[in-house]
Amino acid sequence: MNSKTIKVETLARVEGEAALTIRIQGDKVTEVKFRIYEPPRFFEALLKGRHYSEAADITARICGICPVAYQMSAVHAIERALGIHIDPAVRMLRRLFYCGEWIESHALHVYMLHAPDFLGYEDAIRMASDHRALVEQGLRLKKLGNQIVTLLGGREIHPVSAAVGGFYKVPAKRTVRELEPELEWALEASLATVKFVAGFEFPDFERDYEFVALAHPEEYPLCEGRLVSSSGLNIDAAEYEDRFVEQHVKYSNALHSVVRGRGSYFVGPLARVNLNFDKLPAPAREAARAAGFQPPVRNPFRSIVARALELVFACAEALRVIREYQPPDLPRVEAASCGGVGQAITEAPRGILYHRYALDASGLILAARIVPPTSQNQRVIEDDLREFAAQVAAWPLEEATWKCEQAIRNYDPCISCATHFLRLEVERD
Amino acid sequence: MNSERNKRPRIAVFKFASCDGCQLSLLDAEDELLAVAGAVEIAYFPEASRAMAKGPYDIALVEGSITTHHDAERIQLVRRQARTLVTIGACATAGGIQALRNWEDVGEFIRVVYASPQFVSTLKLSTPIAEHVPVDFELRGCPINKLQLLELIAATLAGRKPNIPAYSVCLECKRKGNVCIAVARGTPCLGPVTQAGCGAICPAFDRGCYGCYGPMESPNTAALINQFRILGQADPAISRAFRGFNAWAWQFRKASEECNRG
Repeated sequence: MNSKTIKVETLARVEGEAALTIRIQGDKVTEVKFRIYEPPRFFEALLKGRHYSEAADITARICGICPVAYQMSAVHAIERALGIHIDPAVRMLRRLFYCGEWIESHALHVYMLHAPDFLGYEDAIRMASDHRALVEQGLRLKKLGNQIVTLLGGREIHPVSAAVGGFYKVPAKRTVRELEPELEWALEASLATVKFVAGFEFPDFERDYEFVALAHPEEYPLCEGRLVSSSGLNIDAAEYEDRFVEQHVKYSNALHSVVRGRGSYFVGPLARVNLNFDKLPAPAREAARAAGFQPPVRNPFRSIVARALELVFACAEALRVIREYQPPDLPRVEAASCGGVGQAITEAPRGILYHRYALDASGLILAARIVPPTSQNQRVIEDDLREFAAQVAAWPLEEATWKCEQAIRNYDPCISCATHFLRLEVERD
Repeated sequence: MNSERNKRPRIAVFKFASCDGCQLSLLDAEDELLAVAGAVEIAYFPEASRAMAKGPYDIALVEGSITTHHDAERIQLVRRQARTLVTIGACATAGGIQALRNWEDVGEFIRVVYASPQFVSTLKLSTPIAEHVPVDFELRGCPINKLQLLELIAATLAGRKPNIPAYSVCLECKRKGNVCIAVARGTPCLGPVTQAGCGAICPAFDRGCYGCYGPMESPNTAALINQFRILGQADPAISRAFRGFNAWAWQFRKASEECNRG
């Protein structure tokens, strides 16, 4: 029988180190391994004994691409443990902060990491030789996202302002308002991005997923809301560990998070858009309709359209915040330091990010638990590959390999995030 | 370099245990990225491209610390392929935040994170690249400053020494016109013993420096420890302050151990 192996030793255009092996016999896929070989860094362990005020800065170092997400999940979980209620103006600023990260991360992925797959380039730099204006548009969007993070946090990677109770320092009204002209440009550029990516050719591939995302009664979710799913899940962050469980699967070195009693689930932009479509701003909804994007969309290759729609949301939301912004009376609310347990889920660019902290009476961390989005998507990525590889089994090996890589990049996986969660192969001295 | 044919210099980016943030700094140089990509050949940079050319390389940028047997071998291969090897960031130059395990029983760390510890194997220590191979230049920071990275690439290609100062954050802070938060407000600040390069952003955000650029060239940590005590800091808190993203840099390591006795 005709057999072949799709093998990618270093998966490119993802954050971190992963490899892929797919074995095919005839038209049957016999093995799929999305193997992560990045070494673990033990964040939950090294947080033990640290003061709660250090958690935001330490957990930011899990991921250089989405440090704001780690900071937001950390401070919200700790605020819940300590019973702190933040100022509404701080709440707005955190939305702006998060929008900055979404713009930076989504523009990076859409333009630099994923679009080259659809247009047939090895990378965005080669793509720029034929599509210079396009790549420059992506870079300009990304730069604006970074500018927002830098304005609020001092630098784009591992910003320094996030604090339990608020921020160390908040910006003046005038400096925030200076972002307005560039954000107005970015909103238009994001709408153009939706149109552009919706015109790509998408493989005919759909599966019946359980989409999981936060949902909030009034707004598109970032830091708050209940955790809901397309299969009827509706829980508070405190119930997360009761409803989701990690499984060790033989063919993989990685732990897979599944919904207890059901199986794999899908987090990230496509899940959020499908579950919160009515909370997107009007221009994003119109752009979706014009692009033929009718939720629920079950083709993971169209995640790039969802990511572009979220660029529209993030630009529109950032504009709203900077226009309404009034600095809070105090940059942060001080906690009467005491013990407690708190959980939080926020929407990282790649999907839900769960944190739990247990604090002792002096404010030191007794235990921490972190579940990043890529850990949650791993099972669904492998499930996709098992079906998708069968579709491309007859293709020439190089083309089939590239297409399978693209199928992984649908999820914008962040291996650095996932790693602390993974089992590695045994290495002996 | 490579003068036999008028070739563009070849740059490669390698990752070890890290968060990806330092190599992302190259992509975050939005205004310069396409110009850099025109001036050099980005030969190996998996985060950005699926085209991965074999060595040798003129410059290898190395991110991350060494934490596994496999990586200890891999860095030797990287060194052999690189004319100039530059480490980027606190993980590669000092072992990173993951070096906090170096004071602990790593077996216990594994048990905290992983339900089946027998599947995880890792070295006892997280160590900087320079403990494994000769390093031509160390770029500091958690994360690095992208302008320093561009300066470093330009200087290396021109065959000159990069203009990257080794003095303390205090000098940068003064030049920026910040009011000294340690003096004016009594906020504990690692600025006096930390290398410049970040732009003194923490004091500008009303908080003390947390040392993410690592020790400056001749830090007086003993004097700073005294000052922290005068400000009312307890020794365990002072020790934690030195045990951050550059905990395993020897000057900070020594300082943290001095206030962690008994």
